[in-house]
Amino acid sequence: MAHPSQLGLQDAASPVMEELLHFHDHALMIVLLISTLVLYIIVSMVSTKLTNKYILDSQEIEIVWTILPAVILILIALPSLRILYLMDEINDPHLTIKAMGHQWYWSYEYTDYEDLGFDSYMVPTQDLVPGQFRLLETDHRMVVPMESPIRVLVSAEDVLHSWAVPALGVKMDAVPGRLNQTAFIVSRPGVFYGQCSEICGANHSFMPIVVEAVPLVHFENWSSLMLEDA
Amino acid sequence: MADHIEEKIKNYRTAPFDARFPNTNQTRNCYQNYLDFHRCNKALSDKGQETSPCDWYQRVYKSLCPMSWVERWDGQIEDGNFAGRV
Repeated sequence: MAHPSQLGLQDAASPVMEELLHFHDHALMIVLLISTLVLYIIVSMVSTKLTNKYILDSQEIEIVWTILPAVILILIALPSLRILYLMDEINDPHLTIKAMGHQWYWSYEYTDYEDLGFDSYMVPTQDLVPGQFRLLETDHRMVVPMESPIRVLVSAEDVLHSWAVPALGVKMDAVPGRLNQTAFIVSRPGVFYGQCSEICGANHSFMPIVVEAVPLVHFENWSSLMLEDA
Repeated sequence: MADHIEEKIKNYRTAPFDARFPNTNQTRNCYQNYLDFHRCNKALSDKGQETSPCDWYQRVYKSLCPMSWVERWDGQIEDGNFAGRV
């Protein structure tokens, strides 16, 4: 999850998010270098003692500052397109989970074998236990096996919502009557938080998402327990 | 053919990639498998054959389709209101 006064992206928990994180670093570095150069040039032009500043021309510099930006754009575009196609690769999921958005909670359905479904409401602030995170915790988490390709089908039962988990690099709109597919692999065990990302009414800010990634054995135990409780 | 289907169903993990529906929108994938299950059932039982080959479609639509959609469609089929051609 995000920590106080965080500026950058959350630590990646999936291979795709790792790629996005590195690309972001790369693009931001280019942006910072260009901005620093431009700021330096502005300051030096404004503070120069030279008086004859307004009749200047040079073919060479014009060529340089045409070719160089084009090269920089290519340096940004190539990794960007690489990641775009990487995200679009055909994957062979081991598990399908449906995330249905409601006003104002998510419900998760695991129906590959049995019909397991449960709701996931935010824990109200007054019911939090020390150590839990305000406006992020839920009563039931979406538990997934780690290191397995997971397919999540996102939809909604009433209005538009959006299912997002930044640490996994996932965001998918929940549209009533439509089934949107997204996929990820969780590289490490842990608990990953997200929040509804499409305005959906009064409690839009209070329907978080919690994904808990555990080894496969624990996932199987959890799903048996959940089926018994249902 | 029935053995082949049985083998596939025994090793079923989840709905595999379907090249007919390669994109983000999987609505039709769910609906098509639901239709195919009911059409398969109807076709095979009309001919007096076993309907076990149709189980594949059922596994796939159960994996993909939200439970509320399936309940609604099942209710419509029972009432005779289902819009799809089965």
